Amino acid sequence: MAYSEKVIDHYENPRNVGAFGRDEAGVGTGMVGAPACGDVMKLQIKVDESGVITDARFKTYGCGSAIASSSLVTEWVKGKTLDQAMTIRNTEIAEELALPPVKIHCSILAEDAIKAAVEDYRHRLSAPDQTA
Amino acid sequence: MKQPIYFDYSATTPVDPRVVDAMLPFLREDFGNPASRSHAYGWRAEEAVETARGDVAALVGADSREIVWTSGATESINLAIKGAAQFNRERGRHLVSLRTEHKATLDTLRELERVGFEVTYLDVQEDGLLDLDRLRDSLRPDTTVVSVMHVNNEIGVIQDITAIGNLCRERGIVFHVDAAQSTGKVAIDLAKLPVDLMSFSAHKTYGPKGMGALFVRRKPRVRIEAQIHGGGHERGFRSGTLPTHQIVGMGEAFRLARLEMAVENDRIRMLRDRLWSGLSTMDEVFLNGHLEHRVPHNLNVSFAFVEGESLIMAIKEIAVSSGSACTSASLEPSYVLRALGRSDELAHSSIRFSLGRFTTEADVDFTVQLLRDKVGRLREMSPLWEMFQDGIDLNTVQWAAH
Repeated sequence: MAYSEKVIDHYENPRNVGAFGRDEAGVGTGMVGAPACGDVMKLQIKVDESGVITDARFKTYGCGSAIASSSLVTEWVKGKTLDQAMTIRNTEIAEELALPPVKIHCSILAEDAIKAAVEDYRHRLSAPDQTA
Repeated sequence: MKQPIYFDYSATTPVDPRVVDAMLPFLREDFGNPASRSHAYGWRAEEAVETARGDVAALVGADSREIVWTSGATESINLAIKGAAQFNRERGRHLVSLRTEHKATLDTLRELERVGFEVTYLDVQEDGLLDLDRLRDSLRPDTTVVSVMHVNNEIGVIQDITAIGNLCRERGIVFHVDAAQSTGKVAIDLAKLPVDLMSFSAHKTYGPKGMGALFVRRKPRVRIEAQIHGGGHERGFRSGTLPTHQIVGMGEAFRLARLEMAVENDRIRMLRDRLWSGLSTMDEVFLNGHLEHRVPHNLNVSFAFVEGESLIMAIKEIAVSSGSACTSASLEPSYVLRALGRSDELAHSSIRFSLGRFTTEADVDFTVQLLRDKVGRLREMSPLWEMFQDGIDLNTVQWAAH
């Protein structure tokens, strides 16, 4: 399968690989996908008091397009407010990376990962005693 | 870009330069039609075809009159299974085969099912081998054909065709063996083996693509119905002008295999074992298929917690096959590995290394280092590896379906 240059760049030089402590203050963690389907994405965001995402990390089990999609969204969410991050659409990710139709699900997964991370952060904020 | 190191000999082999040399005259000056009986062009071509037939027969312990030329193993398999099933259809319409067969066999059987035959597909054991009791239980009075591959194309395991053949013989069942992956790798002596039909390919044994043969036993005579008509070539089994140069190529390739296979297999086994000893020291690496009952050319390994397609992408410097077919929208894990009971994840992350005549020790050492580096890198990036390191049993996790 031929990958776009952007996919190859993100795959070979992934941005923001790694992890924050799940219980760390201001961290939201989203994990989406399933091993049996061939991809699992874990996206973490670090949010400051004003509700702006200051940093992000990811780990992805999946194909090159899945790795590239998650790497890309770690760049995109930084500096955005939670509401702004929630507006990132999979179509924008797919367009930016020139994903072929069979890889659109990777971009959907990346969008879902953002939503899951934001929801986790908000959930932890409202119920600080529980860890996600 | 530098050509990747070739580790995909089970997909196809390069044509041996000596085979190319043997073929070329039959594309140039000796271009005659072997069916031309009236002049020297035809006689010369016919002589070459019969020499090649003898060389193919000699590698597998057959009589040259038992060898029918075809366009490849796929056609041989179609001719054998359909031909035998159709010839015996008044006697019965039940066939038996394995779930781990090549698509050439499985799709042929599906086609027979479509036209009214019944097929039993047997599961194999975890090591890829057939349980003979399971086969025995599946055989019925109306079973006419059993088809089993000698060497599996994905995991390289060798089925016990003597034992399987004996079960068929006792019941008068026609036994076909797909030997596309075994010539030159496993000794075959059809003078002794209880096999009625055997399919061969040239291009898996350093011959040209588009060339194959079918062994049809004469004593006791096995009857099949022809599938391609038009001139009655090959004693009516397979019509069509014989491609002399291709046939000469297959003959020369099989002649070389007979002369060199003992020495070559020792060398390849040493390389394969070197590859496995290099890879098996990594954590969470699994061999697919039985280690001993397999050809020396094959190593099929699953690298847990990394995804197959990204792994293939990471190891562009080598040419290998993956256990996951990524061409379709839904990632489909190898049905062969699934039949061994491997999970989808392990099937997805499997790599088939197949070694051959031109593989070197340096190739193997490079590959071991490459896999160590790249699997390590992908695992650092894998949330599953992180969870595994944290002691989480991934089977207990509730995954969000998508």
